[in-house]
Amino acid sequence: MKLGTRKKLSEQLEDLKSKTMEMGALASTAVEKAVESLVKRNVRLAKKVIKEDDKIDDLEFEIENNCMHVIALQQPVAKDLRTIGTCLKIITDLERVGDRAVDIANITIEMAGRAPVKPLVDIPRMAELAVGMLRDSMRAFKEGNSSLAFELGKRDDEVDRLAHQVTRELFSYLVEDPKKISDAVRLMLVASFLERIADHATNIGERVIYMEKGEMVRIN
Amino acid sequence: MVKSKIKLQTKKLNVWYGNMHVVKDFTLKIPEKKITAVIGPSGCGKSTFLRSLNRMVELVPGARVSGEILLDGENIYDKDVDETEIRLRIGMVFQKPNPFPKSMYENVAYGLKVRGITEEKKLRLLVEESLKKVGLWEEVRDRLNRSALELSGGQQQRLCIARALAVKPEVILMDEPCSSLDPIATAKIEDLLFELKKDYTIVIVTHNLQQAARVSDYTAFMYAGKLIEHGRTEEIFERPKDKITQDYITGRFG
Amino acid sequence: MVKAKTCERLGFWAARVAILISLSITGYMLFYIISKGASIISWDFLTKPPTSGMTAGGIFPAIVGTLLLVTLAIVISLPLGLASAIYLVEYSSKESRFVRLVELAVYSLNGVPSIVFGLFGMAFFVKFLGFGTSLLSASLTLSLMILPTIVATSVEALKSVPDHFREASLALGATKGQTIVRVVLPAAFPGIITGAMLGVGRAAGETAPILFTGAVFYMRGLPTSIFDPVMALPFHLFVLATEHPNISKVEPIQYGTALVLLILVLLISLIAAVIRYRYRRKRKW
Repeated sequence: MKLGTRKKLSEQLEDLKSKTMEMGALASTAVEKAVESLVKRNVRLAKKVIKEDDKIDDLEFEIENNCMHVIALQQPVAKDLRTIGTCLKIITDLERVGDRAVDIANITIEMAGRAPVKPLVDIPRMAELAVGMLRDSMRAFKEGNSSLAFELGKRDDEVDRLAHQVTRELFSYLVEDPKKISDAVRLMLVASFLERIADHATNIGERVIYMEKGEMVRIN
Repeated sequence: MVKSKIKLQTKKLNVWYGNMHVVKDFTLKIPEKKITAVIGPSGCGKSTFLRSLNRMVELVPGARVSGEILLDGENIYDKDVDETEIRLRIGMVFQKPNPFPKSMYENVAYGLKVRGITEEKKLRLLVEESLKKVGLWEEVRDRLNRSALELSGGQQQRLCIARALAVKPEVILMDEPCSSLDPIATAKIEDLLFELKKDYTIVIVTHNLQQAARVSDYTAFMYAGKLIEHGRTEEIFERPKDKITQDYITGRFG
Repeated sequence: MVKAKTCERLGFWAARVAILISLSITGYMLFYIISKGASIISWDFLTKPPTSGMTAGGIFPAIVGTLLLVTLAIVISLPLGLASAIYLVEYSSKESRFVRLVELAVYSLNGVPSIVFGLFGMAFFVKFLGFGTSLLSASLTLSLMILPTIVATSVEALKSVPDHFREASLALGATKGQTIVRVVLPAAFPGIITGAMLGVGRAAGETAPILFTGAVFYMRGLPTSIFDPVMALPFHLFVLATEHPNISKVEPIQYGTALVLLILVLLISLIAAVIRYRYRRKRKW
């Protein structure tokens, strides 16, 4: 047995991190599934995404509560304290990512039964990028990898560019066919949701850099 | 409030020193294999309360005790109960490390020898086992016959804990065990407590609030001889119900 | 400021002068005794009995006598004194009237002149109990005289054992008796021994208590039982110095005896000091 390692605190921090990772995995999957439901026009899958968001919300409360315990009972300082602060910030981003996934799933349900506006190409691509960023931001958090976190800034630019492109394209549909206005607007919203998800991933990246180095930096 | 099995329980416990009423109507349940911290300002009767749990309080001239203390349901203050037997089941670690001016081996073996265990092989085994439990074995195995006073303060305190463990108690009382130690030694003792609670019921008195928060599962707040509030440690430190508790733990006491 | 410093310097010098004076007096005394007595000290002087009416021979019976007296006295008074001290410190409440009374008695006894002990010894041991002028009577009288010293030093030694040792022992389920035997006495040992040695030193040097109770001027051979009288160094010295007609012939023997007595007492103190030192190095409470 090794004494003098603050075993209890270490265990609690590990637990916090793994719960946050779990929440990140749930949020990433939710986005993936929501976009899949949209592409495949699968209402059942969309409803499942909406239902499973409860798990993400519950986890947020649980993690926040645990962070409070650790701060109140263990008096963490330095990196231990930054890790807890980071967890607190990350879970807010993740909870919002979950909400955006629910928004997308709702759009799937709203658009069900109508002819598609257009074949979806850029939106799945955006989703792929955004979810990839989200997963990498969580990996950076797990590994304490600040260079991986730093790259997220550049990848966010790519998502922004795609979002622009999608919006412009949809504008043309909007003008051409007034019957498609409502669904085209919905798809624009999806694009902006995905863009926001990528922003959340970037925020997480900034937090990881803070956790590792103790510096607050903007990476995009 | 407390779900685990109750190991030790006080019922309407009162302690007087002469005319001074030090502990007042103290009713507290101490769950098995958990750490219960007793906190409170200096002079609130914490140490006296602790010392009443193994009848050490009776050594103070003029001390009087009323009420019950139940160890596994039996009142330790019953007339036919032998206090040395109780102290064997309820060990104690003191504020200042107090090893005897004897060798490390003799220190740990003391409680066993007093019980009449003289078989060298058995003693060696038990001494080793106890020293391993407190993480001191590797540090001292080559110099067991040297004086215990050669050890550092933190090591001495761990030796004292090993000495208490050697007689295989069920409950360990700790009276501010880290108050004379530096932060590193303190962290070691705290980690040790975390290990020890797997096998022992621990009651720790401390005026270091942070320590109580860090190590304990349950916290009892004592003020002017009375139990003000008792509950899970996170409850006490995050949302105390009583105004006095709130003021004390937030450092707004006065 | 300047004034305070000057005062301090003055104080230091006063202390130095005082030390110098006392040292030089002691030094001169030692020198005087050594220069007058050293020449006579020889193996024969230490191992042969006196001959030719004390004007020749050695002081062997007196050395043995003193050692016997002292040993017997300490054997009697140490257990008695230690037991009383243990009772006073460990078993009685510190505020009780009885303890105060006993302490008062011990301290007053310490102030009683040794000749009074001598007279009491003669009346009580020699006459009343009928032990006669003997080793036993003299040892008993000496033990009475050193008893207060032994009680007082033992009490201090026991009190200097920190309470946390007792607590630690009791908290491990030891009884009070076990605690005293296994923890308190070993820790108090150096102090107790110091007290005993102080007593021994005093007993070795006293003349008055043995004057009427057991010491004789001359004996043929050594005592064979505790009811025999004994020769003793201080008494030998006393008689040689005050009552012997042939002053010039006994003078070297007189100083030789003084030197032997001095060395004996110094030796005892030295042993006590060594024991104390060895224990003090080990303890750090």
